[in-house]
Amino acid sequence: MSKKSFRQAINEALRQEMRRDPRVILMGEDVAGGQGGSADNPDAWGGVLGVTKGLYTEFGAERVFDTPISEASYIGAAAGAAATGLRPVAELMFVDFIGSCLDQVMNQAAKFRYMFGGKARTPLVIRAMYGAGFSAAAQHSQALYPLFTHIPGLKVVIPSSPYEAKGLLIEAIRDDDPVIFLENKVMYDDEEDVPDDSYTIPFGEANLTREGDDVTIVAFGRMVNFANQAADRLEKEGITCTVIDPRTTSPLDTGTILDCVAETGRLVIVDESSPRCNMATDVAALVAEEAFDALKAPIRRVTPPHTPVPFASVLENLYMPDPARIEAAVKSVMGYKAKQEA
Amino acid sequence: MQIPREVLLRSYRAMRTIRDFEERLHVEFATGEIPGFVHLYCGEEASGVGVCSHLKDTDTIASTHRGHGHCIAKGVGVDGMMAEIYGRSTGVCRGKGGSMHIADLSLGMLGANGIVGGGPPLICGAALSHKVLKDGGVAVAFYGDGASNEGTTLESLNLASVWNLPAVFVVEDNGYGEATASSYACAGTQKDRAAGFGIPYFECDGTDFFAVHETAGEAIAHARAGKGPAMVHVHLSRWYGHFEGDAMTYRANGEVAKERAEQDCLKKFREKVTEISLLDSASLDEIDASVRDEIEQAVIKAKAAPLPEPEALMQDVYVSY
Repeated sequence: MSKKSFRQAINEALRQEMRRDPRVILMGEDVAGGQGGSADNPDAWGGVLGVTKGLYTEFGAERVFDTPISEASYIGAAAGAAATGLRPVAELMFVDFIGSCLDQVMNQAAKFRYMFGGKARTPLVIRAMYGAGFSAAAQHSQALYPLFTHIPGLKVVIPSSPYEAKGLLIEAIRDDDPVIFLENKVMYDDEEDVPDDSYTIPFGEANLTREGDDVTIVAFGRMVNFANQAADRLEKEGITCTVIDPRTTSPLDTGTILDCVAETGRLVIVDESSPRCNMATDVAALVAEEAFDALKAPIRRVTPPHTPVPFASVLENLYMPDPARIEAAVKSVMGYKAKQEA
Repeated sequence: MQIPREVLLRSYRAMRTIRDFEERLHVEFATGEIPGFVHLYCGEEASGVGVCSHLKDTDTIASTHRGHGHCIAKGVGVDGMMAEIYGRSTGVCRGKGGSMHIADLSLGMLGANGIVGGGPPLICGAALSHKVLKDGGVAVAFYGDGASNEGTTLESLNLASVWNLPAVFVVEDNGYGEATASSYACAGTQKDRAAGFGIPYFECDGTDFFAVHETAGEAIAHARAGKGPAMVHVHLSRWYGHFEGDAMTYRANGEVAKERAEQDCLKKFREKVTEISLLDSASLDEIDASVRDEIEQAVIKAKAAPLPEPEALMQDVYVSY
């Protein structure tokens, strides 16, 4: 066990799985970086933010493939390789680039098994960065996990910490279905204790990061940290919250969500993705349908507005959910009084 | 090049099987019993068979909307295919794929594909598997002149060249992408496109099995030898519409009739092999009769086969369910 950053945790997961299984390969734009350059340094970058640094040096050109900037070809190639004996981990860099290659994910990899009557296995992992907070503006900041969650055949993982990232990524690489693994780009330098040995965290099993009696908060990815901060402040005011990190949006641990709502009777959902048809909406519908009688107050969703992600920090800060908004949402459901029947 | 007798017999049988399979589907589709869309490969048989005559089960192909011929050429059985097209549980995909998604990975058939240009990137991946696993295999993408204009295809040519993949790109140019002529929709030439990516280009008459066999043989040998990708431009024509029910009002009267009369790959094959005494008419007649019976039986079995059970709806979305 030692302190590791989110970046190191992912790098270690990749390294350990590549050592364990020769079929695991990496591909993506500049996952090594520097191929053919005048410096003759083929491991120059190790990914645009250094997440895959050193893997080319250890595993070489037969396992680590830099690609042209050509998402449709290499994401499709990763799908084809997965269906024919390899276990590729393809890096899409920014998840926003899915627009260039969605067909290969949505119509090919996700559907092979069903269309082919159960005869295909597609052990593919697509890693990509998501999230606002970097002033990266509208084409490099989206939180597109609801888009993937919508597509049957895909599994979708959103780790909320370095420990979670390592265990969930190893699980993703060993999984025989296509997995979309989304890393919040603002979190790469977050640190916590992470075991040195390899370990897995199963999909579809939520983690309770706080336990309380008054309000259930369901939060995704980076929002789990914001929800924890809000819960800690509220506790000082005598309001205790359960914070659920579902870890994966597909599969979704609906049982844990419903159990917690049955205990607290109040639900706040925190989701960094755009508000229409997002995870907050999905969880709200689940609870409205399955736990209506348990609710003591309306469900509240804390999300960005229905706008593209703005560039200027002052606007981006307004756009993003934050601990203060979560606190306010919790207080509002605590203060809810049902109207007297006429 | 001398082609062994058993390869000639097998290839003729495959072409005849495709022809009869498709002609029969043309008739059966009109009865309304077959659900969905069907895109027929009649007239193009020598292309799929000529290419696949060089492939083993351990080699990989990806196909198109018009995939029945490639499936048969790669060895997928007609009973399972017919049942699949009828949406039956005995189908090769258990009735969940249909005509456009017939696949059999155990035979290296990575699927017909409902997306134009869907196959070439997948074939880059299959070729990468062959290369990394060092199994000596090659991967072949069949795609039409229509798909040759898709970005996925052009990106795949680049990637295959950059990674020096054992991939062969077979452009089946039947003159029309849906209802629009390739002379209108394809700028420049396929040859120049291959050259643009540094890929060797081969072309052949797709109605002549011997021409396809020889040309594809060179291209596949190039890829198998580790020299990188190759392109084979096959000139052919389709005898039915883009899909069944297409009245082909974009083609001049008599065009297809003339092709059927003058460019029938089966007729050409028979003339050639009997003229130079490679095979005799009687053995070809025997194949014709046997295939007729096989297709008849496939239709009878498909119509009698059970429909998928309701629980199949929720099966095989993931490995776990």
